[in-house]
Amino acid sequence: MIPRHLPPMEARHEYLLHLADNALVLGHRNSEWCGHGPELEQDIALTNLSLDLLGQARLLYQHAANGIGEGATEDTLAFLRDASDYRNLILLELPRGDWGLTILRQYLFSEFSLLQYQALQGSTDTQLAAIAAKAIPEVTYHRRWARDWVVRLGDGTEESHTRMESALATLQPHLGELFSPADFERTVTERGIGIDPSTLRSEWTLRVRQTLDEADLAVDLSSLATPSNHTGMDGKLGRHTEDLVRLLAEMQTLQRTYPGNEW
Amino acid sequence: MVNPSDMVRDGQDQPSLDDIRRILARVIDPEIPVLSILDLGILRDVARTDIGGGRIGWRITLTPTFSGCPATDMIAQLVRMALYAADVTDFVLETSLAPPWTTDWITAEGREKLRAYGIAPPEAGPGDGPVPCPRCGSSDTRLLSEFGSTPCKALRQCGECLEPFDHFKCHGRSSGAFGMT
Repeated sequence: MIPRHLPPMEARHEYLLHLADNALVLGHRNSEWCGHGPELEQDIALTNLSLDLLGQARLLYQHAANGIGEGATEDTLAFLRDASDYRNLILLELPRGDWGLTILRQYLFSEFSLLQYQALQGSTDTQLAAIAAKAIPEVTYHRRWARDWVVRLGDGTEESHTRMESALATLQPHLGELFSPADFERTVTERGIGIDPSTLRSEWTLRVRQTLDEADLAVDLSSLATPSNHTGMDGKLGRHTEDLVRLLAEMQTLQRTYPGNEW
Repeated sequence: MVNPSDMVRDGQDQPSLDDIRRILARVIDPEIPVLSILDLGILRDVARTDIGGGRIGWRITLTPTFSGCPATDMIAQLVRMALYAADVTDFVLETSLAPPWTTDWITAEGREKLRAYGIAPPEAGPGDGPVPCPRCGSSDTRLLSEFGSTPCKALRQCGECLEPFDHFKCHGRSSGAFGMT
């Protein structure tokens, strides 16, 4: 029998899966641009960035798998869990949209991820702290690259500005989820393993507002919808969109069709 | 890759630490085939120690450059093959993440090899100084893309000889702490 590692599971494991799922799902979304980027250099840039995210996901899955035991590996965790077992943010599973949406989402998440990893360097889980420290230079680079493009497109042509405004309108309703802690996040925060994401909000808002000002993009960041009062979707609880189901169907097809296949 | 006929031994049965290091010094990064794992600074430790199950052997510790570097698994495989080819079988490979790899660990010899190969080496300074062209030496170069042919490289172009070139990005030194509360 193939282990599916269904919840309920220990809060620490759920937290590690949440972090890993975030990196995997965004990395996968971005990788859809491979061969389709607007120009060769930026196609390569986004593909490389996806590779960093996949690398971070692998380290986190391996760490989670060691803790979960029962035959779990990075591969079973990535390929044999259903959408409802995934703990990633809805923001990251939304379809890639146009180049502007992809870039803007990457930027908004990189700012968050950087603060999160910086805080996690102090985790009492020393392996998580090491993974965080390893990820920081990578995410710093992602943030710089994405920020540059957000400003360039937002403060660019009429067409690029309009597209960025529309991307912002699509993503804005999903920003509240970044900062609303799930139960497992509260538990790991109490145990010194994790970080309560609501504590990152003011610094994130400050940085994002500055970038969006530079990009000539206006948005309300003061009142963000929380998952419960918005759509009933809550990625951290496994309540996902159809978009994640389709993403996983594609990503998992080989292991689902030929379980345990290796090459 | 190590040829068995090439074996480096000091004429004794048990290879010495230097023997092991010499074997590992021939393991080349598959993506930058002029750098050994020693030049890159990803070989973190070689020790004769308890390797589990009550066995004494070599514990070889590697660290990845970037989390997602696709060469990481292949390098581990090349290390295994090099050791087996030299008849060394009593070893374990370990991966360490902390402290995270930085381009500061690339040796002076490694930097020279990079330059000769046409890749501008990472700066030794804070990382925002000029990046001289590895071909003509001019410091009049500009960034074309933050990401190059692999995650560890950026793409630049020389204003003097107009040649585009890879720049091994300065990596891993900044980490302002936001702090856990």
